[in-house]
Amino acid sequence: AAGVGQQWVLVEMVQAFYEAPAYHLILEGILILWIIRLLFSKTYKLQERSDLTLKEKEELIEEWQPEPLVPPVPKDHPALNYNIVSGPPTHIITVNGKECINFASFNFLGLLNNEKVKSAAQASLKKYGVGTCGPRGFYGTFDVHLELEERLAKFMRTEEAIIYSYGFATIASAIPAYSKRGDIVFVDEAACFAIQKGLQASRSNIKLFKHNDMADLERLLKEQETEDQKNPRKARVTRRFIVVEGLYMNTGDICPLPELIKLKYKYKVRIFLEESLSFGVLGAHGRGITEHFGINIDDIDLISANMENSLASIGGFCCGRSFIIDHQRLSGQGYCFSASLPPLLAAAAIEALNIMEDNPDIFQTLRAKCERIHKALQGISGLKVVGESFSPALHLQLKESCGSRENDVKLLKRVVDYCMNSGIALTQARYLEKEEKCLPPPSIRVVITVEQTEQELDKAASLLKEAAQSVLN
Amino acid sequence: INHIVHNGGLYKRPFNEAFEETPMLVAVLTYVGYGVLTLFGYLRDFMRQWKIEKCQNATEREEQKDFVPLYQDFENFYNRNLYMRIRDSWNRPICSVPGAKVDMMERVSHDYNWTFTYTGRVIKDIINMGSYNYLGFAQKTGACQEAAAKVLSQYGAGVCSTRQEMGNLDKHEELEKLVARFLGVESAMAYGMGFATNSMNIPALVGKGCLILSDELNHASLVLGARLSGATIRIFKHNNMQSLEKLLKDAIVHGQPRTRRPWKKILILVEGIYSMEGSIVRLPEVIALKKKYKSYLYLDEAHSIGALGPSGRGVVDYFGLNPEDVDVMMGTFTKSFGAAGGYIGGKKELIDYLRTYSHSAAYATSMSPPVVEQIITSVKCIMGEDGTTIGEARVQQLAENTRYFRRRLKEMGFIIYGNEDSPVVPLMLYMPAKIGAFGREMLKRNIGVVVVGFPATPIIESRARFCLSAAHTKEMLDTALKEINEVGDLLQLKYSRRRLIPLLDRPFDETTYEETED
Repeated sequence: AAGVGQQWVLVEMVQAFYEAPAYHLILEGILILWIIRLLFSKTYKLQERSDLTLKEKEELIEEWQPEPLVPPVPKDHPALNYNIVSGPPTHIITVNGKECINFASFNFLGLLNNEKVKSAAQASLKKYGVGTCGPRGFYGTFDVHLELEERLAKFMRTEEAIIYSYGFATIASAIPAYSKRGDIVFVDEAACFAIQKGLQASRSNIKLFKHNDMADLERLLKEQETEDQKNPRKARVTRRFIVVEGLYMNTGDICPLPELIKLKYKYKVRIFLEESLSFGVLGAHGRGITEHFGINIDDIDLISANMENSLASIGGFCCGRSFIIDHQRLSGQGYCFSASLPPLLAAAAIEALNIMEDNPDIFQTLRAKCERIHKALQGISGLKVVGESFSPALHLQLKESCGSRENDVKLLKRVVDYCMNSGIALTQARYLEKEEKCLPPPSIRVVITVEQTEQELDKAASLLKEAAQSVLN
Repeated sequence: INHIVHNGGLYKRPFNEAFEETPMLVAVLTYVGYGVLTLFGYLRDFMRQWKIEKCQNATEREEQKDFVPLYQDFENFYNRNLYMRIRDSWNRPICSVPGAKVDMMERVSHDYNWTFTYTGRVIKDIINMGSYNYLGFAQKTGACQEAAAKVLSQYGAGVCSTRQEMGNLDKHEELEKLVARFLGVESAMAYGMGFATNSMNIPALVGKGCLILSDELNHASLVLGARLSGATIRIFKHNNMQSLEKLLKDAIVHGQPRTRRPWKKILILVEGIYSMEGSIVRLPEVIALKKKYKSYLYLDEAHSIGALGPSGRGVVDYFGLNPEDVDVMMGTFTKSFGAAGGYIGGKKELIDYLRTYSHSAAYATSMSPPVVEQIITSVKCIMGEDGTTIGEARVQQLAENTRYFRRRLKEMGFIIYGNEDSPVVPLMLYMPAKIGAFGREMLKRNIGVVVVGFPATPIIESRARFCLSAAHTKEMLDTALKEINEVGDLLQLKYSRRRLIPLLDRPFDETTYEETED
């Protein structure tokens, strides 16, 4: 029966074939031939380059010569020969064999050699060993870290704080955690290198405004506003940030925070404040620029600072409201993918915080010393002082450049060498010339610490005058 | 049977690496599990939006409610609904030295992991299988700690300056000479953070117009460094030498995209041991390829330095190769040396260039002196220069522990990824609920393990990762194995069907490379 059924279907098919109109058959025939052609033609490769034969490819591979991995560095490059410090970099420092008074380490509160800090670190070393052997997520969170975060949050009067194990990585991981591709960041021209790297990693649109120029910033904000009105849908999802520093490392200036707060509420932009130099320096209790200007700390969205200047430890922290800080615990790259801070350094930072809280008059002492040396350094022939009068990190730049940056650097080196030979340790501010967005002019860095006595300050000022006289004239 | 590669005499020892394929039923159930979780996630979000359920996240300030929202709701979906449920497996606070046994602070949550409170009790003597303590140098007594204490009282804890300014101590110079001698290279430079070593030095070595060939599973620091450099990045399949060779050939023959100019440099980025897979890089083949195509090799030995090799000098020592063949040898001091920081070793020209142009040398504070001393003492111990054989004994103990542990786990029937000799042992869990369950059950039995899920691993391949240490005695390992066996039976984790797929049969398809956009 099956055979008969099949035959029946076959007969039907043949009948249909005869009964179909001619054009139908011709069309079907063409389609079948087309399909057969496509089946047998060569497949079309999307990136089919010009057909190079195997031999030509091998020749190309033979001929190709790469550049050397690194270009040779001339032996007398100024950044190649480091100063070798034997012993601790404290108030009296032995550089290249000579004993000098230290005017180059950012040890503002003199806590580097403090016995209480050292004994707290020793106790921690005896309890925990040196390293933490893991990132924060995997058994690298110690009770010292939690305690330090709590203490910092309490000191700065914010809800929460988060610790990083490296000062540079703090702001460089914080910015990309919030600002992504398509967001807009307004940043000061004189922002430090760590901020620049954070911005580069975030892939956002960067708009630079002139250093401390609020009118320029307002102009940029207004331009952005007009852009927004053209495309309101996009504007509703584009986040905006302003990144500024409290005390700028590259110029020693202070940022005009009250005006920034006004701009913040007017144009609805969030503020990220980098307080590496101003933490432990400005304000009646050392809480930084917000205390200096008397601003409510909740008005600043994120404060980031490193613990390597006033706290004389290693690492950095960010503080702010929990809403903002908690996000970094999962998306801050330097926090999640890196080992946590060694406990002895965290313990040293806690003890340093204790000292800061117990002696609030050191900040006034530091400011007085800064004013003194700022006045004393005025009027040196050939060098001008760059920086606020209460900033503990000043720059001395040449009044007139002698043509090229290289020559300026050489000239300043001679001034620095003169001072080093007479017992004052100074250093030039070092930059990566090709990497900086707005390269500051070459300068000598002068750092004031609480441990320097008034005689030493005066000696340094007069020595600099002498050096400038002999070298620059 | 494992597949043993000899590959034309390049390998002097058998290279056993295996990745068993996910059983089909388990894969399906895992997807179902994630589907259910997602549905419930949407339900809970809906309830939170309509205020039926209390919203426990921190929220924006009242004054800033009309600002553009800082986080998109969807970004945090995974965080709110999946991660929160098992959050107690991570960030566990400890309060003792992270050695073979560790004390943990007990914490409880009364509102399903939204907030934690510390009861004040300390859980003592948990066997620590999570810390990267490969050679057992995380100690609070001993030669290393005493030397570090002495240096701490002499030098203090911080440095307060950068390397190029006033932060270059004599201790740093001593460390760098020692590290260079240890690795067998001409010169070395040390940095304060391992992550930063990669992200700040790769941009100094390559730039626009160069090509970076990076392994699929490279660490976040290598990826960040490659992106910051501005070079073109192309990714080759994990540990797959045919894929790498095809990329190299195509790159040299066709040049830069669109302009067809020849590339300035080609840099291959690989790691010694990949910490999520437990696999070891096929270094002899990579070096053969590098020499044939005249490219440069950047080897990140974060996990393998100290942990592999008969004398503990890393993956180069393990394969018996010449350290001068690797152009840039990078590694970290956090794992095997019990300290913190990273280093780069290589030829003198390379290190001189990095001293001048590395971002870290110009802008970042140098390493803390007691940490430097810990590294110096531990390196001397491994090399045997302190007069004892402790270092050698530890290296051997680690190798024995690794072999024993892996063998026993495989016998029990778990799926274990990676190379036979790697001290990083990933045990596959797959299903999302088992991630939390495994972590908690093991803690109840006083064993601390690390569990990882999405996004550190592909979504269905969540795993538990054991890090072996030379400080683990056989008794500790046996206890741990017994408990793992128990929990494995309880949670039905013994997926292995003993059908290990030989390595080279993993299909390599003729896909074109993917260029990552910047």
